[in-house]
Amino acid sequence: MAEHEVAVHAHHPPTGFIKKYIFSVDHKVIGIQYYFLAIFSVIIGLVMSVLMRLQLGWPGHQFGFLKSIFPIGAADGTISPELYLSLVTMHGTIMVFFVLTTAPQGGFGNYFLPIQIGAADMAFPVLNMLSFWTTFVALLVMIGAIFVESGVVGPIGGWTGYAPLSALGEASGQKGQTYGVVLWIISIAIFCIASLLGALNFITTMLNMRAKGMSLMRLPLSCWGWFTTAVLALLSFPVLLAGGVLLLLDHLAGTSFFIPANLFVNDKLITEHAGGSPIMWQHLFWFFGHPEVYIAILPGMGATSHILATFARKPIFGYRAMVYAIFAIGLLGFFVWGHHMFISGMDPRTGMMFSLVTLTIGVPSAIKTFNWLGTLWGARIRFTTAMLFSIGFVSLFVSGGVTGMFLGQTSLDLQLHDTYFVVGHFHMIMGVAAIFGMFAGTYYWFPKMFGRMMGEGIGKVHFWLTFIGVNAIFIPMHIMGIAGAPRRYAFHWNEVTGEGFEFLKGIVPVTKFVSYAAFFTAAVQILFFANLVWSMYKGKKASVNPWEATSLEWTVPSPPPHDNFGGHEPVVHHGPYEYSVPGAKTDFIMQTDPAIAETGG
Amino acid sequence: MADTHTATPYGLAHHFDDVEQQREAGTLGMWAFLITEIMFFGGLFLAYILYRSTFPDDFAAASAHLDWKLGGTNTGVLICSSLTMAMAVYHSQTGNKKWLIICLLLTMILGAAFLGIKAYEYHDKYVSHLIPGFDFHWTGHGSPKHVEMFYYLYFVMTGIHALHMIIGLGIMTVITVMARRGRFTPEYYAPIEISGLYWHFVDIVWIFLFPLLYLLGAHIHH
Repeated sequence: MAEHEVAVHAHHPPTGFIKKYIFSVDHKVIGIQYYFLAIFSVIIGLVMSVLMRLQLGWPGHQFGFLKSIFPIGAADGTISPELYLSLVTMHGTIMVFFVLTTAPQGGFGNYFLPIQIGAADMAFPVLNMLSFWTTFVALLVMIGAIFVESGVVGPIGGWTGYAPLSALGEASGQKGQTYGVVLWIISIAIFCIASLLGALNFITTMLNMRAKGMSLMRLPLSCWGWFTTAVLALLSFPVLLAGGVLLLLDHLAGTSFFIPANLFVNDKLITEHAGGSPIMWQHLFWFFGHPEVYIAILPGMGATSHILATFARKPIFGYRAMVYAIFAIGLLGFFVWGHHMFISGMDPRTGMMFSLVTLTIGVPSAIKTFNWLGTLWGARIRFTTAMLFSIGFVSLFVSGGVTGMFLGQTSLDLQLHDTYFVVGHFHMIMGVAAIFGMFAGTYYWFPKMFGRMMGEGIGKVHFWLTFIGVNAIFIPMHIMGIAGAPRRYAFHWNEVTGEGFEFLKGIVPVTKFVSYAAFFTAAVQILFFANLVWSMYKGKKASVNPWEATSLEWTVPSPPPHDNFGGHEPVVHHGPYEYSVPGAKTDFIMQTDPAIAETGG
Repeated sequence: MADTHTATPYGLAHHFDDVEQQREAGTLGMWAFLITEIMFFGGLFLAYILYRSTFPDDFAAASAHLDWKLGGTNTGVLICSSLTMAMAVYHSQTGNKKWLIICLLLTMILGAAFLGIKAYEYHDKYVSHLIPGFDFHWTGHGSPKHVEMFYYLYFVMTGIHALHMIIGLGIMTVITVMARRGRFTPEYYAPIEISGLYWHFVDIVWIFLFPLLYLLGAHIHH
């Protein structure tokens, strides 16, 4: 029967280029593929945000180069409102799905979850490969959505794709809303399938593939972050998929799941629809959308916990509380989606319930924050770049989370909904904090992934300039929001034509300041990309354990061999954060170190 | 897609410690997948429940035009196929290759019978102009647009269910071929067990679809 066997991989690595680097089933290669997919996507998203800031800071000004990039969207050298909305949509979609969902989970999670639990690979290696390539197809389709209609203008409905605009197609009278939206929905649907397949792989791997001695309470907190994220993805992406299928049918088959009867749009009365509910789209979307926020940030929380303990040279403060808190955040995250819909016509009693559960999330979040601070308290901190970004993560998590307490209250949300306050809030927490988690992960794990150290000096400059930059962008946005500046508008006050909101004339200097800060921060990222590429080829060779950390990935060569542990399964004797143990020879005890018995920690 | 097979011991992929761990991983993975399916169908059921409660009379009138006898027969067919599937798993565990293959073939025949009856029902709807988008025509009780909405939901939900059945038949074909080639042993039967989980799940979805679409208040106007 041997000739019928499909030998997916034996103990020796595959030799052909395609099997080794393209259609690889090795979780490490797939992790790096996810990481670079996210890097590619983040560059697109970043350029789009710079263009948006250019428009918002100087509406009505003509820029010659825009005419050549967007012959239709910016025919006269200024970004048209449609193009602006399209940029908003694609920036949001690409950043949320192809950066915040892929890099922390698909990238670092794929690479390090199996190694940290002492497994040779993910439970389903071929499925893992399929997840990545499905994600890749989703990205291609998403980029197609930008170009499919009349040049460079994509869908304009925002990353939330609210119906009925997203469901109407041609009847909406907007470019990009016909085939552009169809491709957008198809891309999201493909992405959903990729994510849920990835999620079930993560869950099975962590529950089933742990090495001997790796009990659940000895897992590094990064593993708990990826696991909770996988549970959220498993439960939330299928619901978006169901919504996507119905939305696509509204588009292509003429159904009216999300289109109400007798809708008056684009100066026309549309009578052929049966009376669907646009609110149902919001429910289906946000039932996914809120957990998605945690999908973006929980891996960052896990990595941050791991890195803080490493460089504080102290055990993480309250390990068990950290595990329960991350689970509590994930669990509560499923019962708060309504807080995105307070002004969609919600019964005040329902709003009250959603509001209460939302504010309750503050409790596990505070547990995590205080435990992070407790870990740092009295520590001999090693201020590496990874550590700086982890501390930055905590800082941004607090400043982004506090404004969530504002928005979670129905009465305040009525005022602040759809203003720049919301934009500032979610960029702080799920945008920049999650990105800081990725930066921290990159500076921390790069030596293991590529066998070389990243430049620390340039890294620290990168940290400080980015940290100052993002605060300069997003803190003023809260003030603009309180002043009443609505989001998704191509301009608030156009100095050239004198159009716009009179009452927002006063915030024009703030808007310009935010734009300058955005250009500055975007430019600073060149330092990161340069550091990344340079270090990959020219960085100092990394040792097995350059950070003197304790978890299993630091027991294998940098980069690890094909089956991670060279055919020997590691045996785990200790918890993940045995730092500065009294009486020990070094200030860290590897998880696999058999010499020292239980240390009471 | 066979993703877990290379030698020593039989059927064990290198990244697992033993066959037992591999079997548990496969089972856990399939359960996790079925949870995603529950959430997916949950979204569709939500849409159905929402519009059923918004347009109760129209939906009841539309529902009365479904043939509950055919739907009921199909329910029986699927329950029988679940029985033969469970028997296939049993025979794989006891190493009875002949009966394993017979049970798998019976499961496939019953699955195909379900699809055949479903296709007949679809054809019937086509003849009576009840397929939305294809010259839909409604003269009975209730608003035609709301009735059309019922039929949209009917075709989306039963269509996606039928798609799952077709995928299930594909899986069964692969499993049967593998069984014929003697790929399974009393120690290595996980693929059959895992495919069985999927098969039972698809049956259970129908157990919910049948009363919701065919029976619920269907005959109050008759």
